[in-house]
Amino acid sequence: MRNGPSWFNVTSVALGLGFLYLPIVLLVIYSFNDSRLVTVWGGFSTRWYGEMLNNQQLLDAAWVTLRVAFLSASIATFLGTLAALVLVRSGRFLGRTLFSGMVYAPLVMPEVILGLSLLLLFVAVDQARGFWTIIIAHTTFAMCYVAVVVQSRLTGFDASLEEAAQDLGCPPLRTFFSVTLPIILPSVIAGWMLAFTLSLDDLVVASFTTGPGATTLPMKIYSQVRLGVTPEINAISTVLVGLVAVVVIAVSLMTKRQEVRRQRDIRLAEAQQA
Amino acid sequence: MTAGDSASGAPFGLTAKRTATTGTDIERTVRPRVRRGLGGWLLIAVPYLWLLTFFLAPFFIVFKISLSEVAVAIPPYLPTFDLAAGWDDFVSGITALSIDNYLWLTEDSLYWKSYVSSIVIAATSTLITLIVGYPMAYGMARAPKAWRPTLLMLVILPFWTSFLIRVYAWIGILKTEGLLNQFLLWVGLIDTPLTILNTNVAVYIGIVYSYLPFLVLPLYATLEKLDESLLEAASDLGSPPWRSFWTITVPLSLPGVIAGCFLVFIPAVGEFVIPDLLGGSDTLMIGKTLWTEFFNNRDWPVSSAVAVLLLLILVVPIVLFQNHQQRATEKGR
Repeated sequence: MRNGPSWFNVTSVALGLGFLYLPIVLLVIYSFNDSRLVTVWGGFSTRWYGEMLNNQQLLDAAWVTLRVAFLSASIATFLGTLAALVLVRSGRFLGRTLFSGMVYAPLVMPEVILGLSLLLLFVAVDQARGFWTIIIAHTTFAMCYVAVVVQSRLTGFDASLEEAAQDLGCPPLRTFFSVTLPIILPSVIAGWMLAFTLSLDDLVVASFTTGPGATTLPMKIYSQVRLGVTPEINAISTVLVGLVAVVVIAVSLMTKRQEVRRQRDIRLAEAQQA
Repeated sequence: MTAGDSASGAPFGLTAKRTATTGTDIERTVRPRVRRGLGGWLLIAVPYLWLLTFFLAPFFIVFKISLSEVAVAIPPYLPTFDLAAGWDDFVSGITALSIDNYLWLTEDSLYWKSYVSSIVIAATSTLITLIVGYPMAYGMARAPKAWRPTLLMLVILPFWTSFLIRVYAWIGILKTEGLLNQFLLWVGLIDTPLTILNTNVAVYIGIVYSYLPFLVLPLYATLEKLDESLLEAASDLGSPPWRSFWTITVPLSLPGVIAGCFLVFIPAVGEFVIPDLLGGSDTLMIGKTLWTEFFNNRDWPVSSAVAVLLLLILVVPIVLFQNHQQRATEKGR
């Protein structure tokens, strides 16, 4: 940069980031507040974390949420990666336009519509609602996010690598596992994580598609928030925010290192060739 | 090529940078008709069938039920014909369909007011988000190169943390005895606490806060690509910085502005959580109306009709957005 960062640029970025982080920081600070009145500081305490751990309903909801998120993220990553391969590598086929439309539409579809339509489908086929219907619903919208993430990686790399493998007699499935997958792996992992957090976070779609016995954490939090702000919710929120932050930062560092290593390998290979 | 094929058509901030910088040269080549075996067909069939079953088919059911009558039954609508019951039942089912629910939506002012108010709230918040987000994206794009990945990460990180929790955090800040009022009273700016929570102002704050990353990321991607020699040339020729900004930076960043605005506007129209938790009883938004109609009034046919109309309203901006993205990628080549 010629002039270095100007005071205006620094201020606007600092204010913007402050705006993004201040609410979360305050939430975390007040989860350690001893007072039951959420906005009056009554001294440092971890009692709300203790109460949270004693709240069986809350823990049950958390367990349901984690299982739903894990399963739906895994299925969504599988289906989304397939969808990305179809979009980038499958060439033309009948109904391609419809297919890409169906991949992109859920990304902008209001959640209320997604939830309502899936619920009506489950009712129409007389499917009892609960744990598995939430998983199907989450898989459906999450796979589209995975497809987009993986697709952007797939378009960025050379198809000639795969063609070379196949020309040398490598069967398609093996080509996928030994050539394609290692290259797109960072985006597959990122896609899985995104699917996981989307599921962890979802209130609207889960509320529509759930049934008796399957209450997710966001549903539980939502019903408590409607009754008012409590320090206990601050405590759960802090745990969730911390969990996501640690995982996201860890994975992004990991993929970055992998990327650096890959670039080094490419340079090394090129140097040997020369 | 369809609009959906462009990777940057994806309203997903995380990919905005990558697709904008690496481009998509694959798409430049004519899509070949690939010879495929059983495996190739299976690859297409699995995700295709899933989306057909769980994404497309449900819309037809919503549409059908929006033409049904409400009933005190389980499920609470009539007629409940199914395809397995044979042709006669199907025909009698068809004849029982009516557009009464849609007429009802036009008669009761609650619904059209909700639609109008959703669009107004979403548009206003989009504008505010742009005013807040532009300087931020600009500052990030002009930051030293070594800082940029960290800044980008900092913008993306809140996007990963729970939406519900981030909206919830604002309740504690905005309420009458909340932290913002405490702060303003302490500073001495106000004598009596402001009422912000449960008003439209709180909804604006909530939407701007939640969707800011969606606007900043595509905008940052276009601003970062901007050729700085243009600005240098302008300044060499004696153009003051503000003039270079308006005549060079703003027009060149327009694709990012438009993409970002769509990414805020489209989901904001159908938003439920923000108006429900931060808005007041007089905050009308269609997502909230649909929710109430479904969960509180248990009127499935009317909520289906509300959903169908919402979809029709959103189809216009979605198609505009896709076209814009497609043009942007083509121009970028």
